Amino acid sequence: MNRKIIVVSVVLFALVLGLSITGSAKTLRFLTMQQAGMTPEEFDSVVAEFQQKYPDIEVEANYVSYDSLHSKLVTSISGFNPAYDVVLVDDIWYPQFAKAGWLLDVTDRITPEMKSDIYPAAWPIVTYNDRQYGLPYLLDQMYFFYNEELLNKAGLTAPPSTWEELVDQAKVMKEKGLVEYPIVWPWGQIEALICTWVPLLYGNDGIFFTEGGKPAFNSSEGIEALTWMVDTLKSGLSNPASITYNEEDVRNTFSQGKAAFCINWIYMYNMTNDPAESNVVGKTRISLIPAFEGAKARSASINGSMGFAVTARSKYKEEAWELVKYLVSRDVQKKYSDHITPIWQSLAKDPELIADQPVTLPAFAEQFPYSHVRPKVPEYLEISQIVQLAIHQALAGTKSPAQALNDAVSEINKILK
Amino acid sequence: MNLFSRIYRNIESKEHVIAWALILPAALVMVLVVGYPIISNIWLSLHAVSLINPFERPFVGLANHLNFFADPIFWASVGRTAYFTVVSVGLEIILGIAIALLINLKLKGWRLLRSVIIIPWAIPTVVNGTMWKWIYNADYGALNGLLMSLGLIDKYQAWLADPFTAMNLVILADIWHCTPLVVLIISAALASLPDAIYEAARIDGASSWQSFWHITLPLLRPALLVTLVLRTVEAFRVFDIIYVITGGGPANGTLVISYLTYLESFSYLNLGRGAALSFIVSAFILVLALVYYKLLYTEDVA
Repeated sequence: MNRKIIVVSVVLFALVLGLSITGSAKTLRFLTMQQAGMTPEEFDSVVAEFQQKYPDIEVEANYVSYDSLHSKLVTSISGFNPAYDVVLVDDIWYPQFAKAGWLLDVTDRITPEMKSDIYPAAWPIVTYNDRQYGLPYLLDQMYFFYNEELLNKAGLTAPPSTWEELVDQAKVMKEKGLVEYPIVWPWGQIEALICTWVPLLYGNDGIFFTEGGKPAFNSSEGIEALTWMVDTLKSGLSNPASITYNEEDVRNTFSQGKAAFCINWIYMYNMTNDPAESNVVGKTRISLIPAFEGAKARSASINGSMGFAVTARSKYKEEAWELVKYLVSRDVQKKYSDHITPIWQSLAKDPELIADQPVTLPAFAEQFPYSHVRPKVPEYLEISQIVQLAIHQALAGTKSPAQALNDAVSEINKILK
Repeated sequence: MNLFSRIYRNIESKEHVIAWALILPAALVMVLVVGYPIISNIWLSLHAVSLINPFERPFVGLANHLNFFADPIFWASVGRTAYFTVVSVGLEIILGIAIALLINLKLKGWRLLRSVIIIPWAIPTVVNGTMWKWIYNADYGALNGLLMSLGLIDKYQAWLADPFTAMNLVILADIWHCTPLVVLIISAALASLPDAIYEAARIDGASSWQSFWHITLPLLRPALLVTLVLRTVEAFRVFDIIYVITGGGPANGTLVISYLTYLESFSYLNLGRGAALSFIVSAFILVLALVYYKLLYTEDVA
């Protein structure tokens, strides 16, 4: 009796062990984001199509929000046995991860055909020290969105072309009682704060870092831009909850018709036109991000692109690279173009795609020449945290804008030495 | 005679061996999962380790620790952590005792109350944080809805936009989550108190306040000690609820010391500085525990 039980359990154990070894032939683990860019549903069908093409490869897709992605990556790919084979990496993390040796150098795998057709402005995203660590996927930047119905109700015909004009239009809307807080921003103490501050800074002819890699945002232009931010909060033109918001909160507020103006990534456009997600279907318009009056800049945005990479210690590097290539391939980017801008120049002229995305494609072409990149240094995350704090101190009124920015610059100089 | 004592000594020495053999697996596990990380953490904290430069790990002695002592952000976060700990643990203890006393009165429905009170404690901290984040939301939060319908505010407020208010609201969420634990421990302790003492006190003419102050509270001291140590240690390393509700903002208003440690280690990848910081946190907690021990664990209750 006892012996029987032992025999049975040994057989079962061997069976389970055998199955677990043979069953997981080649499973690629893939980590991406549920926020901007393609939705999990879209990713799921892309992955299913990939598996049809490569029946011997299994793909396990995982999703996290943008603000959790960095720490998830750090804890899961820094070890000798990375938990993911293919990962989504933000523009600003590439220097850090590449220097730490976590990403596969794919410079030699990039074909001349990729080199020539992918936008030249997209390559710096995945490049560190002249080596490539993946392929660009999400060619994104901040866009200016407005609610046309609210604009018309306020008796206005054109969206603002300067920030001063925006303030005037917002005042009209507020006075007419059309909307309590006309402008909403993702100004929580997160990276999105930097992504909306940079357009204001450059829109006033300020700069983040000099060419020589020194912080320079405490110039009079920088102080003016920050003072403007503080003023719109104080006057109730910007939603006071902005300083707790991320991009999704901004999208929700705008989609409820509780804001007339906002800045956000491109994914928001088609979502505001989805009746399941939005109360303002058909009312959203995109126009060039304003600049300040008297500034040389006509507009300014920020390059917020991301790329896919293979982890350096992945067991299935070849298969993982196939997946990366597939995820950003022309066919996939054309078929799933609702929440992304394709990285391929040839697609910008594709008549079918232009017919599919009549708004976002031209908006990209119009705004992209004014996009600025954040400093590409491995210490960027620490720098960003310092600037976020400085802006927040000014917004919360604990420091004057000038004081906050000067302190931030001296902190950053300490790190860079 | 000689033979007897030899056998006896033999067994005694063998018992020693058996005892060690029995403890060994557990001790080994402890060394691996507690001892090794502590030692490796101390080693890390004495070196300039950054994952950005994985192959340079120069020895820097106590420089990592000392740098923090000169850093105003560090002291501000210590202050915030202390505020969070004192206010949340203080209110949790007071509320916990009050609710435990209420349950102990065994009024109608006390069994139901005793079961229901556990629910907040059973909710995972991250879920609790997300829930309160929605409650506090400036555009569709339940708190705004409630205060609005009571006529206490005339328009929706951005509750988490002010650094100090944000801290207090995080504390409120923590109190809601953790008070049940205090209730649980205190009501168990209350149930074990002998009725005879209270009868004697009543006969001697003690008011209920007097019998609470002079009988209940001193007898609850061991249970209170356990709760205080447990909750203080937990509150001092609070992280998840802050990560979910405010992410350290606004303007670092909720940047507690564990969050700073997280930023150093996992955002900036400065493992050396992160290790030094977590070492400092542990030292703080150890001191606190010792203070409690001295204050509350007096001989008459031991």
